[in-house]
Parts: sequence; structure tokens; C-alpha cells
Amino acid sequence: MEVRRNVLKQNDVLARELRDRFGKAGVFVVSMVSSPGAGKTALLEKTLGLLRQRGLRVAALVGDLATDNDAARLARSGAPVRQITTGTLCHLEAAMVGKALEDWDLNELDFLFIENVGNLVCPSSYDLGENLRIVLMSVTEGEDKPLKYPTIFNTADVALITKADLATAVEFDEEAAARNIEAVRPGMEIRQVSAKTGANLEPLMDWLVGLKILV
Amino acid sequence: MHELSIALGIVDAASEEAVRQNASRVCAVHLRLGPLSGVVKEALEFAYEASCYGTLLAGSRLIIEDRPVVVYCTNCMAERTLASIQRFVCPECGAATPQVISGRELELAALEVED
Repeated sequence: MEVRRNVLKQNDVLARELRDRFGKAGVFVVSMVSSPGAGKTALLEKTLGLLRQRGLRVAALVGDLATDNDAARLARSGAPVRQITTGTLCHLEAAMVGKALEDWDLNELDFLFIENVGNLVCPSSYDLGENLRIVLMSVTEGEDKPLKYPTIFNTADVALITKADLATAVEFDEEAAARNIEAVRPGMEIRQVSAKTGANLEPLMDWLVGLKILV
Repeated sequence: MHELSIALGIVDAASEEAVRQNASRVCAVHLRLGPLSGVVKEALEFAYEASCYGTLLAGSRLIIEDRPVVVYCTNCMAERTLASIQRFVCPECGAATPQVISGRELELAALEVED
């Protein structure tokens, strides 16, 4: 018997509902994926602070297998933050996001950031209802990272090269990285940033704010 | 890697469909799998048998149909099958091809059942 049913249909349906809910509440949702240690939390901590300085109302959800260390770090920014502890699940799913947001009034938010579990493989299969998906890759990970993980780059909207302050020390080949990203996702927007020094962060904030206005 | 939970998802979805059609047993599951689905075929095959224990699918076969990545080349104005997901360029003219038409499938195509 013919079926034609998406195996991850349940997640997709929930993600669509989330997307709808986000749209109605006027909140711009950004998710972040990367390998563990690429600098998601550090960048998000800076981002929450910088956007709050601009008078924007921001919040974050962060996924980890264990501990609420990331949520505690992010909460230092003063923004509402909630930790999603997945136990053994290696990625966030729409249902988990929905549950974490149950009692939040999204109308009171301009931006919601979702930091996924550090993993360049599994998150690519799970739509979370976000407006924008950022893939982070640090200068220490090797220029061929995009070739090794084409699917995650293909399912993201923008690539951020993080830890730019270390680029010289590790002899990071910026052109090779750009070439490889272009190979797996032609036309993908690429930005180099350093959460540590603050390099290129204000332009990134300008860009995010600009995207929200367009929606 | 979580192909076990994907396999369990396949078993759940297939069981639901089978019950809907009043089938007593599922003998085979035909799955369409695209290279951009994020799911590894071998890992899935490995996890499948265990996922079927105690369900309508116990003892069933998983038949995976590999789907290609199809992109649209704006230069050729045609759909093309991509040779490699590490190079999103048209195999005919070499132009960059970011537009993905298909290749993300993780889809139950059909079930072979017994009433």
C-alpha cells in the first residue's frame, strides 16, 4: 500500500505551528548550530547584551544534554533564559521548544534565540520554526569543515566564522573556508566575528535588526 | 547520531498507517531517503531490526530507496541531478546551484502488509 508520509512529519507539523505562533507574536526567532565548543554561548551572551543595549526585548533557550551552565551564563545578560536539558538526545526538536515556551508571553519579545545542542549532524533534520538558522564554525576547526558536514551548512541561512581573534595564531585560511562554504551552499552569507574582542559584532546586530524589520 | 530514534519513528508511522488500513502485520517498509535528510542509511538499517521488536513490524524488511539531490540550474534553465553534495554546481555547465528541488526526503513511500 502506498503511503507517502514524512517520517519526521510530527516535528514538521509542530515546527509549522511554532512558526505561526512566532509570526503572530511578532518575535524574530534565530537558532544557532555548531560543533561543541565553537562559541555559540559566548556569542549569544554578547548578542543578548548588545541587543538589550539597543532597547530590544530578547530571550534565549539553550539546549544541552546536561547541566544548566549555559543558561546561567546567558542569564548574566539580564535577559530571560531557559535551559532545555535533553538527557541523551543529541539535538533539539520542535516539541521541546514548544514545551519550553509554554508559559512565556512571546508578544513581549522582539528576538528569541535558540542555542541548539553542540552537534553538526543531527540538528539539520529538525525544523524548530525559526526565522533564521545560523551555523557557527570557529577558525580552529579547519577550513574543510563545510565539506565534512555539507548538510548542516545546506540547511542553515548564514555562516559565522567565530574566534576570529585566534585566526592568525592558527593560520586560518579565510579564502579556503569561503570557497568550501560556497561549494556546499552557493551564495551563503559569511561573517567573521570574535565574541571575545567584540570584532564585527555591531554590524551583525545591525543586520539582525534589519532582518526583523523585513519580516 | 540518533538513527535509533528515527527507526522508532518509522515503526510508529508505519504501525499507524497499517492499523488505519486494518492490516495485521507489516512485511516490508519502503523508505525514500535523500542525502540531505541528515540520516545515515547504514546506521538506520542497523537500528531498524531492534526497533521492530514487539510491534506489527516484527521481522519486517526495510527497503531503502536512495533519492538523488536534484537542483535547479538557472543557467541551463533545467533540473539537474547533483553528483556530490560537497559541490553544489551544475554537472553540465558548472554554474553554482543553490536551489534544491529535492534530496531531503525521509519518507515512508509504501508498506507491504498482511490483513
